[in-house]
Amino acid sequence: MTAEAPGAVTTPAPSTPGPRHTTATDLGWLIRDAWTVTKRNLIGYTRIPEAMFFSSVQPIMFVLLFRYVFAGAIHTPGFNYVDFLMPGIFVQSVAFGAVGTSIGLAEDLQKGIIERFRALPMARSAVLAGRTTADLVRNVFVMLLMLGVGFLVGYRVHTGIAQFLGGALLVLAFAYCLSWGFAVIGMAAPNSETAQVMSFPVLFPFTFASSAFVPVQTMPGWLQGFAVNQPVSKVVNAARDLMSGHVPGVSSATATWEAVVWTAGMLAVFAPLAVWKYRSRI
Amino acid sequence: MTDAVEAEHLVKSFKGSVRALDGLSFAVRAGSVFGLLGPNGAGKTTAVRILTTILTPDGGTARVLGHDVITEARTVRGLIGLAGQYAAVDENLTGRENLDMVGSLNHLPRPAYRQRTRELLVQFQLDDAGDRPLKTYSGGMRRRLDVAAALVARPAMLFLDEPTTGLDPASRSALWIAVEELVSQGTTVLLTTQYMEEADRLAHEIAVVDHGTVIALGTPARLKAQMGATVLDIGLAGAADAAHTTELLRSTGRSGAARVGDSVELGVDDGPRAAIEILRLLDQAGIEPHRFTLREPTLDDVFLSLTGNPTADDGLAGADPDRGSFDRQRSGDRGSAPGSGRGARRSRRQARRGAGHG
Repeated sequence: MTAEAPGAVTTPAPSTPGPRHTTATDLGWLIRDAWTVTKRNLIGYTRIPEAMFFSSVQPIMFVLLFRYVFAGAIHTPGFNYVDFLMPGIFVQSVAFGAVGTSIGLAEDLQKGIIERFRALPMARSAVLAGRTTADLVRNVFVMLLMLGVGFLVGYRVHTGIAQFLGGALLVLAFAYCLSWGFAVIGMAAPNSETAQVMSFPVLFPFTFASSAFVPVQTMPGWLQGFAVNQPVSKVVNAARDLMSGHVPGVSSATATWEAVVWTAGMLAVFAPLAVWKYRSRI
Repeated sequence: MTDAVEAEHLVKSFKGSVRALDGLSFAVRAGSVFGLLGPNGAGKTTAVRILTTILTPDGGTARVLGHDVITEARTVRGLIGLAGQYAAVDENLTGRENLDMVGSLNHLPRPAYRQRTRELLVQFQLDDAGDRPLKTYSGGMRRRLDVAAALVARPAMLFLDEPTTGLDPASRSALWIAVEELVSQGTTVLLTTQYMEEADRLAHEIAVVDHGTVIALGTPARLKAQMGATVLDIGLAGAADAAHTTELLRSTGRSGAARVGDSVELGVDDGPRAAIEILRLLDQAGIEPHRFTLREPTLDDVFLSLTGNPTADDGLAGADPDRGSFDRQRSGDRGSAPGSGRGARRSRRQARRGAGHG
């Protein structure tokens, strides 16, 4: 096919690229672009205060449920139940919060924003980095809120301040790495509703068949095998050790080390997978 | 003279065997407006997505402003603007925040993109609404913002994928004016549309696309001239009369006659002479038309004759089961059609259409 048709407009191509890119390194642009996307997502959260409010109600209800309804039936040797419970609640709350990553990305895909991002000269992984970072910031608020609620219902820190902060950092790092896992789901889901229903069946067994709410020793043998050796339990055990007091049976160092390895391992697997999904998704 | 876009033999299939592009080729001259015209599912959006580096083609090559869309994708992204079929703007942000975000992601310095945002809000009459969240915007305002976002980095090449679909007439014409202004400043525009009027108004050159290939290419005037000098439009009492009339006309050598609901359309070079003949013919057959008009051909007529499908805003002919076969016969006779192997391609398409779509 040729363009020999008459009716000509023959202005030559204005082909100068304009004042764009190639003045900073790729990593520099990745950080700047990721920050731009992070800001965009955070502004989004503040514009829907209802969503923020109701997403905080659910974890508070979990605290009250376990603290006052189930507590009497659960025996936790060496701990007041509330001290046993709260590190588990922290991990559960941020893990549920990470579902927001899959929903948010699926929504961006659905609404065509990601299409616009793809046609921009921005760093490609910045869309995912910006989403997971915004969800990390949101999880910091969730964590602070849960801490406040915990103190109100009788939770006390029985370790040092440094250990406590270390535990909090571990929980947030875990949440961040888990966000990348949910990013994979978000990129695979056809829409945001499906992203949500795809996320919870993954999340439920890991959070409830874990050491978060009950001692795993009370579970049947076949389930204990799973409950002991999965990442949520590893992170809960380490957080409990750092934030509430030493958990008998395993050394503090081992518990922490195992949790850190699981967390880093999740990031090493999920981040490349999510980026690959982002690139290949049409 | 350079071509701003060169697409050669683009092929793209999607999972589930749909061949969206089937050897699509065209070129867009720098500084012009090029229209890709076709029904839903013709492959227009797929073509735009390949040219804007969002998709990679299965086969063929494409260059935008001299850069390969696959091997130099990042460079291409730095030179183009895209406004998609769905207004790809963030609901939760204000108009200003949306444009600032796009400016930042285009790697403009902060003062530069803030300034550019202010300009664009004024240019697209959104300055009053600039600090309101998009939730409060009308459909037309969103679409204007979407186009504004495509212009943030002053792209030399602008892609508009059905920019006015779903817009009210006032918003549509405001957008047309904005596009014309850009072109007068030297921007090259590739536009996809289902609307003849839009292609006629804006495009210097049009490629009619159906089933992933270009089936006609030319200026709007030339495409219309293909229909014959004038179009004879005969309104009849019912579909049966219309079918009868069509057969009658074809039996007398006027093979271009096509039925559209209760009407028959026919491209003729010898308007008045043909009118006399045909009226006589109808009179002998006892058929009484209630409308008998000779008019200038429109792109709608071209579109209809080439694709066998009515255009988006023509609801009439969709219900006509005979359309496909009439059209097939007709296209075989039309000598002025571009591209030599069109008859064969056309039958393949018709076969597919019979198997799949209505």
